[in-house]
Amino acid sequence: MRKLTLPLSDADVRSLHVGDPILLSGVMLTGRDTAHTYFLDELLKDPLPESEKDVAAAVRPLLQGGAIYHCGPVVKKVDGGYSFVAAGPTTSIREEPYQGDVIKHFGLRVVIGKGGMGAKTLAACQEYGAIYLHAIGGAATLIAKTVAQVEGVYKLEFGVPEALWRIRVVDFPGVVTMDSHGQSIHEKVEADSRAVLQRLMKG
Amino acid sequence: MPQPLQIDLVEHGVELIRRASTVLPPDIKAALEKARDAEAVGSASQQALSTILENVAMAKADSSPVCQDTGTLIFYIDHPFGYSTAQMREQLDTATVKATEKSYLRPNAVHSVTGKNSGNNLGGGSPQYHFHEWDKDEIRIRLLLKGGGSENVCTQYSLPDNRIKAGRTLEGVRKAVLDAVFTAQGQGCSPGVIGVCIGGDRGASYAAAKEQLFRHLDDTNPDPALAELEHQLLAQLNGLGIGPMGFGGKTTVLGVKITTLHRLPACFFVSVGYMCWAARRAFMTIANGEVRYDA
Repeated sequence: MRKLTLPLSDADVRSLHVGDPILLSGVMLTGRDTAHTYFLDELLKDPLPESEKDVAAAVRPLLQGGAIYHCGPVVKKVDGGYSFVAAGPTTSIREEPYQGDVIKHFGLRVVIGKGGMGAKTLAACQEYGAIYLHAIGGAATLIAKTVAQVEGVYKLEFGVPEALWRIRVVDFPGVVTMDSHGQSIHEKVEADSRAVLQRLMKG
Repeated sequence: MPQPLQIDLVEHGVELIRRASTVLPPDIKAALEKARDAEAVGSASQQALSTILENVAMAKADSSPVCQDTGTLIFYIDHPFGYSTAQMREQLDTATVKATEKSYLRPNAVHSVTGKNSGNNLGGGSPQYHFHEWDKDEIRIRLLLKGGGSENVCTQYSLPDNRIKAGRTLEGVRKAVLDAVFTAQGQGCSPGVIGVCIGGDRGASYAAAKEQLFRHLDDTNPDPALAELEHQLLAQLNGLGIGPMGFGGKTTVLGVKITTLHRLPACFFVSVGYMCWAARRAFMTIANGEVRYDA
């Protein structure tokens, strides 16, 4: 299985294809619904609001060549910090209106989640060099064990599931289901299953 | 005066929640093992199921949640005459708060206008309670943890539905369920369990569809026509080839369970409840001052 360490280059991403299993290591951010609108509505403001400068300075270098994980974890407080108890992926399609723009404006290389995404994200993956890495939905305890350290948290006021958790992962497992060459397993499975459905609907 | 509860539902409620969140029921686990063995060796689908089963074993060993989305808590409580449902609700609310503190549950109750998370899983409609008085001299509590990803792909049809050429017959019901599972693709964390209700008003229909998710995968529907439809749909849905996580493959659903409610002459609803592979349920029976757990 191919091992990759964040941040990734354009060449790293272009060498990956749908169906490739990957073990990903490095520092990344969790982010879901509130995070995506926050990135686009607040962090792209010019001038940047004073209140968001610290978060922007911390988050932008992580996103550049980096990964975002669609995940709302179960978190436990430990001495002086936090640890992840359960941290499987959430459904990614909710970020479809925003993901392509986040890839474009923040230089994101890896989008991690479950269920796949649509045409807009696929086009952004191709244009800017990014992949969609499908994590195993519900494999929450197993994935939490690949989170070696919770390095910090931004925007905790969004609530635990929606906050931006800064995590260092080791050998985070996933399968590339959308690549930077315009291929999507999700599109193919949908087309194949539609053909079966049409036969079954005839009774 | 209501009868006093024989046991403290707070402490045992926490244990019930712990079991539901961290231990997958044996029949679901066996079905996932069978699905793993059926997929092509080395395929992404088989890898997904192996990872799922590894995760299930870890969660049980560590008493940590099988899935981080610990879902909506749906309690069904059958009780003898004379008990206070307000008292049972209060104690199970407290159990829910404690289970959240112990990280068996994620804080999952969000105010729909302010967006504020209550932090302890309490709030309007959370947890959800269904009380029912029965003749038995025991209290039976059934808990379902219903995740949000699969909740988003639950759906309801009003037949006839010309879009899918479905009339007000079991054949129409078959088409509706096929369309629902096709539309869900891998989004509901397949392979899922499908609960269906034919009839009812819209609200009761959805609730009854979800109550079907308490049934064991290997049981048999007492209504022969529905039993046959369950059997037929199981085969046809798996024939769609959506597979685990939507990666393509042989197992798209683990089971199909169907019930009916009487309907108004004007209405014919088919409600499809989709439960992810992490089909978390746990049961508790209180009789003669003792507590027994099963799933």
